[in-house]
Amino acid sequence: MSAVVENHDHHDDHHGPKKGLMRWLKTTNHKDIGTLYLWFAFAAFLLGGAFAMGIRAELFEPGLQLMDPIRYNQLVTMHGLIMIFGGVMPAFVGLANWLIPLQIGAPDMAMPRMNNLSFWLLPVAFGILLSTAFMEGGLPGFGWTFYAPLSTNYPNVAYFVFAIHIMGASSIMGSINVIVTIMNMRAPGMTLMKMPLFVWSWLITAYLLIAVMPVLAGAVTMLLMDAYFGTSFFDAAGGGDPVLFQHVFWFFGHPEVYIMILPAFGITSHIISTFSRKPLFGHSSMVYAMVSIAVLSFVVWAHHMFTVGMPLVAELFFMWATMLIAIPTGVKVFNWCATIFKGSITYETPMLFAIAFVVLFTIGGFSGLMLAITPADFQYHDTYFVVAHFHYVLVPGSVFSIMAAVYYWLPKWTGNMYDEKMGRLHFWLSFIGVNITFFPQHFVGLAGMPRRYADYALQFAEWNAVSSVGAFLFGLSQLLFLYIVVKTVFAGKKATPQVWDGADGLEWTVDSPAPYHTFDVPPKVK
Amino acid sequence: MNTETTSHQKYYVPESSSIPIVFAIAMLFFGVGAADAVMGKGTTLLFIGIATVIGTLAYWWSVVIRESHAGLDTPQLNTSYVYGMAWFIFSEVMFFAAFFGALFYIRTFSISWLGGEGDKGLAGELLWPDFEATWPPMITPEESLMGDQAVTKGPDESMYLQGIGSLGTWLPLYNTVVLLSSSGTVHFAHMALKDNNRKRFNLWLGVTVLLAFIFVILQALEYYEAYAHLGLTISSGVYGTTFFMLTGFHGMHVLIGGIFLATQLTRSAGYNHFTDKEHFGFEAASWYWHFVDVVWVCLFLFVYIL
Repeated sequence: MSAVVENHDHHDDHHGPKKGLMRWLKTTNHKDIGTLYLWFAFAAFLLGGAFAMGIRAELFEPGLQLMDPIRYNQLVTMHGLIMIFGGVMPAFVGLANWLIPLQIGAPDMAMPRMNNLSFWLLPVAFGILLSTAFMEGGLPGFGWTFYAPLSTNYPNVAYFVFAIHIMGASSIMGSINVIVTIMNMRAPGMTLMKMPLFVWSWLITAYLLIAVMPVLAGAVTMLLMDAYFGTSFFDAAGGGDPVLFQHVFWFFGHPEVYIMILPAFGITSHIISTFSRKPLFGHSSMVYAMVSIAVLSFVVWAHHMFTVGMPLVAELFFMWATMLIAIPTGVKVFNWCATIFKGSITYETPMLFAIAFVVLFTIGGFSGLMLAITPADFQYHDTYFVVAHFHYVLVPGSVFSIMAAVYYWLPKWTGNMYDEKMGRLHFWLSFIGVNITFFPQHFVGLAGMPRRYADYALQFAEWNAVSSVGAFLFGLSQLLFLYIVVKTVFAGKKATPQVWDGADGLEWTVDSPAPYHTFDVPPKVK
Repeated sequence: MNTETTSHQKYYVPESSSIPIVFAIAMLFFGVGAADAVMGKGTTLLFIGIATVIGTLAYWWSVVIRESHAGLDTPQLNTSYVYGMAWFIFSEVMFFAAFFGALFYIRTFSISWLGGEGDKGLAGELLWPDFEATWPPMITPEESLMGDQAVTKGPDESMYLQGIGSLGTWLPLYNTVVLLSSSGTVHFAHMALKDNNRKRFNLWLGVTVLLAFIFVILQALEYYEAYAHLGLTISSGVYGTTFFMLTGFHGMHVLIGGIFLATQLTRSAGYNHFTDKEHFGFEAASWYWHFVDVVWVCLFLFVYIL
């Protein structure tokens, strides 16, 4: 098997990409596919953001101004689905595609054609999901969590189900690709504990995906059967239980939450270490912390349903298990602080986003701890406090880390430096906008404002107006982000291979922009 | 097969390929077609989808086989396929775990609470005072309240063994014997291949494929019995639901596994593929087959016996 066989498709390893549309449709190159994923995520981010603007416009003042409650529910649902399955997850997969082969010294992902399929299934799935907008009955409006029996009685739910199936297939193939690439394609000498943390975070994320996406497939299948084939999974009249839906869904849903934050941990670790010009404090404890978080994520799902009527033992078990997660998460936050401590810090845009990530994600973590306390959750459940909590971990958490990653690696991808002044402006606008949007939601939530309503009581008016103003500011500043990225793709100061003087890792040993093919011969890692 | 020994060989990265995008378009037809069919808007798109999905997959795999014969598959690439298949099977395990989890939840919690027992039984006691918590529930909660007016009625008979006398006509037992022996025969086939004995390999693999299709036929017979004589349908309350969903998905996987094995038989008997060292296509099929077998053992225990 050692003979090198000439492949008719593969005349020359170093010629550039094909031209035109066919390049993107037929590509097997991890960098091309990473780019596709990232642009897809950006488009979804803007579309989901537009839905969010609609929500905040309606909530700007009490009463119904812009839409009827059904339309409002559709906006809330599509905002959630698009941001999660179209925005955050594909953005992280795009980063994984670009960075994992570069960071472990592999020529490409392990299964390049399947990699292309994983991407192109996403537009297919979202096309099916959004096509319901043009049907009688319209878009799904049952919330991204599609609780039964609301969803089992909803029009067009079959399109939603098959769209989710196709997204799930895409995620499962993507995660198999990531696992196989990391386990099988590392450069000689790169032991597991020498692996960069972004790669580690994605290895763990991929295991989570492969364990829970099939469970989501099971949940939507049960939903489909109940809705169209007369089964009784979620119907008490036939001996089932609507609460069963919530158990199956959240068994997927909670690990899903960590799928959307673990890669952010990896990114933050790289950036904080680079701009503090110090090696990361506690590299191996970071790994163990992420593994612990991943393992614990399988035994905490019912904290999303404390008020549904579970036996007391279950309420207590899920409360304690949830609180345990604070320990490994605390390890990570303290490690980041220790890395910054006595470092030679500079505040380029990625570092600003990374520091904001640590601070604001920790706020989201603390409100999470409050929600984990079962008796307290009886007060907070389904209020805006919950909305504030998960937006703090998702927007200045996951989304900020993605923006940090884009600024950090954009010079490596494009060969051009972004405009630092504009980048900082984008950061400060986003930082202020996000806090004005979501911090007041803690107040109205604690005061009892319920989520998922198009209207609200008068006493919540002031803070909702503030929140809406913040949301418009945050939303508009993302157009600036779009402008900066596009500008950097086409022009800018040429980047050196090293880009950042404190950066460490294999991706900084190749040219900027990274050549179309890298590491055809694996580098030696000492 | 670690990277040290293979680092001098190049990992095969196909330069570009139109297979995946064609497959994605096929999935578009399949997804829209399936939803259309479920909602009663016609089945044309679904059949186009199924045909194009199967066609593209078959072509894709034939390309992979040709690449392998052209010597493009370094040991490292083979390792990728081995890991990939293993994790694919794990994802299938988790899919079944969701349905087994639902079964356990319903049997342990839903049914007893609906019957007024346990921690959360009060609501059940008030809503369905006459519903009795038994497994399988032959009378659904709705039926206990409304009698013949109920929409969701229980089955006349369950698939559990109705007394030791009927053991000889109890289909699940035959199915178990058939499937467990097929796991043995596929192993014998593997042994024969490792001994480089192609005739014996083809024979044992042929027996396995035969057993696979016998199983599918028996399962179809069992479904016919259920619908025609036992009043047991997919809408016979939660027992019918869990019974048909679990055995149905398992049956589908047996069918897929059977086709998977039959393909390997065709490759060996018709085209002399596989050597005593290089036969991952067959190994992957046999792993899948053992997985299907293990699922059946769980099914037999928790759906037919306990």
